[in-house]
Amino acid sequence: MVNQSSIREQLSTEIQDIYNVLDTVLDPEVPVLTVVDLGIIRNVRKENGTIQVDICPTYSGCPALDVIAIDIKFALDQACFTNSKVNYILDQPWTTNWISEDGKRKLKEYGIAPPQGSPDKGQLGEMDKTIICPICDSKNTEMISAFGSTACKSLYRCKDCLEPFDYFKCH
Amino acid sequence: MNKDLHNYIIQLGDNSLILGHRISEWCGHGPVLEQDIALTNIALDHVGQARMYYQLAATMEPGKTEDDYAYLRTVTEYKNLLLLEQENKDFGYTIARSFYYDQFHLLILRVLKSCGNKDLSEIAAQAYKEVSYHCRFSSDWVKRLGDGTEESHRRIQRALDEFFPYTAEFFAPSEADNYMAGKYGVDLSKLSSQWSVIVENIVREATLTMPTTPYPQLGGKQGRHSEKLGFILTELQYMQRTYPNSTW
Ligand SMILES: [Zn+2]
Repeated sequence: MVNQSSIREQLSTEIQDIYNVLDTVLDPEVPVLTVVDLGIIRNVRKENGTIQVDICPTYSGCPALDVIAIDIKFALDQACFTNSKVNYILDQPWTTNWISEDGKRKLKEYGIAPPQGSPDKGQLGEMDKTIICPICDSKNTEMISAFGSTACKSLYRCKDCLEPFDYFKCH
Repeated sequence: MNKDLHNYIIQLGDNSLILGHRISEWCGHGPVLEQDIALTNIALDHVGQARMYYQLAATMEPGKTEDDYAYLRTVTEYKNLLLLEQENKDFGYTIARSFYYDQFHLLILRVLKSCGNKDLSEIAAQAYKEVSYHCRFSSDWVKRLGDGTEESHRRIQRALDEFFPYTAEFFAPSEADNYMAGKYGVDLSKLSSQWSVIVENIVREATLTMPTTPYPQLGGKQGRHSEKLGFILTELQYMQRTYPNSTW
């Protein structure tokens, strides 16, 4: 993703303040990532006195999306941005390319292997990739199941440190 | 309201909801934990996709919400493919049903992704990513069961044989399908041979035999369903029918 801090500097002070609030809202399913890290904040703007926050789903059936919308609204209320609205948009499907570099680092520290490579090559190549163990950095890993604890993750096992781990699918 | 377009969106939504509901019946009953989780994830994808279609349909029909389509329509108003309401029976039947449909689903989404209807192409682009995983899951299992033990081979073959007559409905156009072909180039007849080639290759690789049948099962798109759909709706709609207008 493009350098976020340089983009932010071009925003009005008020919108920057709103982004600072969004930086505190965590993804309920991966609670080390903020909604900004996750790349689901597509637009923040002020229209006729109302703050409009556009967010996109990661997966169609993601049960966290409604919770995220409530959390965003709550955080903005707490920061005295009381007139806000969260909108769901689909205009471009979310991709793991939008997870920030900071977000990928946080994922690894949390024990989840961050998405590796490019999702543009097609999802089917995904399962043949070598996934690096987030615990010991070994490449000697194998997939247990393409479907993990949530829609966005697959289940892997490290054959060196023998730990099972989640892999955040390229999507 | 454009009735044909609306019907088409409902067809897509109903396919996703009914298959999603069927697969969700496996939750807590999967053969092993990983496959239980996989099936539940797939069910969630389907139900999520159904919501997107119903939300879109609701924007075309004043006063409706996504819930109206799911909870307040009768059997004859549902337009899902007959295959998708068929019972899970065993893991083999569940895999066979998904295998036939997933391969068709991916083909239709590929066309919808680049069709001229912006709303549908947005949903299709999102769903396409998810369905490519479904395809991999179901085709891997067809191969594993076919090329597995004598019993798994026999049972997946039986399931493929029994469900095959329902696949003809994928390519039998409804009025709504004809509208989409004319207006947006979503032409089912072009997909039929592609689907056959893909499916036959996997079936052969699985050391199984491709079924044939002169007796296609049709009618779901027109609302002529088996009694099985009634049982699904009884469970799905129970709360809303018993406590009308109840909300979370
Ligand atoms: Zn390791």
